[in-house]
Amino acid sequence: MFSYCTDPSLLEGSAWLSCYLTSGTHLLFYGSFGTVLLLLAITAPVALLFGFGGAMASRSRIWPVRMFGKLYTSMVRGIPDILFFLFVPIALDQGFEWMRAKALCATDAPIRQGNDFVVCAAAKLPLSSSPPWVHDTYGIFLAVIAFSVVFGAFAANVLYGAMRAVPRAQLETAEAYGMSPRQVTRRVLIPQMWTYALPGLSNLWMILIKATPLLFLLGVEDIVYWARELGGSKTSAFSYPHPDWRLYYFLGILVFYLLMTFVSERVLGRVARRLSRGQAMMGAGGIA
Amino acid sequence: MKPLIIAATALALTAGLAQAETIRMGTEGAYAPYNFIDDATGEVTGFEIELGNELCARAELDCTWVRNDWDSIIPNLVSSNYDTIMAGMNINEERKAVIQFTQPYTPAMPSAYAALAADVDVEGGIIAAQTSTIQASHIAETGATLLEYPTPDQTVAAVRNGEADAVFADRDFLAPIVEESGGELVWVDGFDKVTLGEGIGMGLRQSDNELKDTFDAVITEMKEDGSLNELIIKWFGDDALTFE
Repeated sequence: MFSYCTDPSLLEGSAWLSCYLTSGTHLLFYGSFGTVLLLLAITAPVALLFGFGGAMASRSRIWPVRMFGKLYTSMVRGIPDILFFLFVPIALDQGFEWMRAKALCATDAPIRQGNDFVVCAAAKLPLSSSPPWVHDTYGIFLAVIAFSVVFGAFAANVLYGAMRAVPRAQLETAEAYGMSPRQVTRRVLIPQMWTYALPGLSNLWMILIKATPLLFLLGVEDIVYWARELGGSKTSAFSYPHPDWRLYYFLGILVFYLLMTFVSERVLGRVARRLSRGQAMMGAGGIA
Repeated sequence: MKPLIIAATALALTAGLAQAETIRMGTEGAYAPYNFIDDATGEVTGFEIELGNELCARAELDCTWVRNDWDSIIPNLVSSNYDTIMAGMNINEERKAVIQFTQPYTPAMPSAYAALAADVDVEGGIIAAQTSTIQASHIAETGATLLEYPTPDQTVAAVRNGEADAVFADRDFLAPIVEESGGELVWVDGFDKVTLGEGIGMGLRQSDNELKDTFDAVITEMKEDGSLNELIIKWFGDDALTFE
């Protein structure tokens, strides 16, 4: 990065360190913090949306919709995350490619050939010729879906419980004013359920922060991957040889995760106080 | 739905551009000097990267490199996430059941045991090796206790911190580590050159015969004009095994 970094073997002390910490691999490492934050920023709202859908479906009066909601929340919560992460993205990817193959491939060659899953070049997703960032974005896109489905199921259960926790008297009063069921849900139930949902949701958020190393299963290089890769001992085949420094890298990541937790707690505490304003419930101020 | 719509639009826009065929080459990027990440630039480099680029240039193919974890390197090949594997992968029967290989581009490279002392009992002790390598299957046959790690670097770290008595890996991977350890790591007496496997080859899908023939042809060409041997000597030193 700096002009004096062309031959690191001649450098010593702080000059060496400044070059080391700005090497190509370190820049990728710093970038991966952005990847993790981006993933959290997209996944949290999407998962909440999935959860909301699941909770509303579980409360539906229509039997098939209700069954779907219940099945989604209970099934996904029962499957180990790691299995889910190995299965869903691969299944999604092959599903997309299979559909594209049916639409775009001119040949009749079978897609499954023994062990191989082969589609024609035009049906590849992303195309082999696309630049690397397209492949990376596609990987993150699959990751967001997988994370959202899993965490959506947990969020659905939290929201379902929160909806049931809203005092019945509130809803009855709304009905007595002549509101339709839909109006009761929109104007009374949903605004009031958040106070009850927040402790459970904040738990989920904390777990989501710590679940991001699962990203590596999907080929997205996250901070834990880079810490392991950079910290490992390097021989003189590398520009910056050094012994096993994994401990320092993992300590760095520890600080990052603790900081994330600290900031989240502060923000969630504030949100809880805000939401419970004017609500007559026990210990509303003390949540989170 | 929104991400789906965006993705669909992106696909529609890029779908017309797919004429020139690009070969995606999978590698691990953690096995110096075969393949590793150049820490100055963040790109992959090493013997296999240089060889792969040369093979592609001779075969007039457009190639890009993809890094993938060792554990899932074969599954991702068969599901067509990339088209070849060049990751220090030895040709053996077990792997041939799932994928096919080109002819080997290295001779059968020796493996070796390295430990903190030269008199370690490698047939009865605890030996570290990387998961699903020919070294790991060899240890399982010797009667030693096998400790498997996902990355090669962790196998060496396991010996240094006493979790394992010795590490078993390709000699060329261990050699610079042993040399630069300042006497901490040594070769195990009598076990510093163990020949396993049939040499390292490029892995391809079993249905991809055309690509296999292309690469086989250029590997033969490089063997015949001596450029492959030059490359082996450049990366593994003058004592390295070469093709005759």
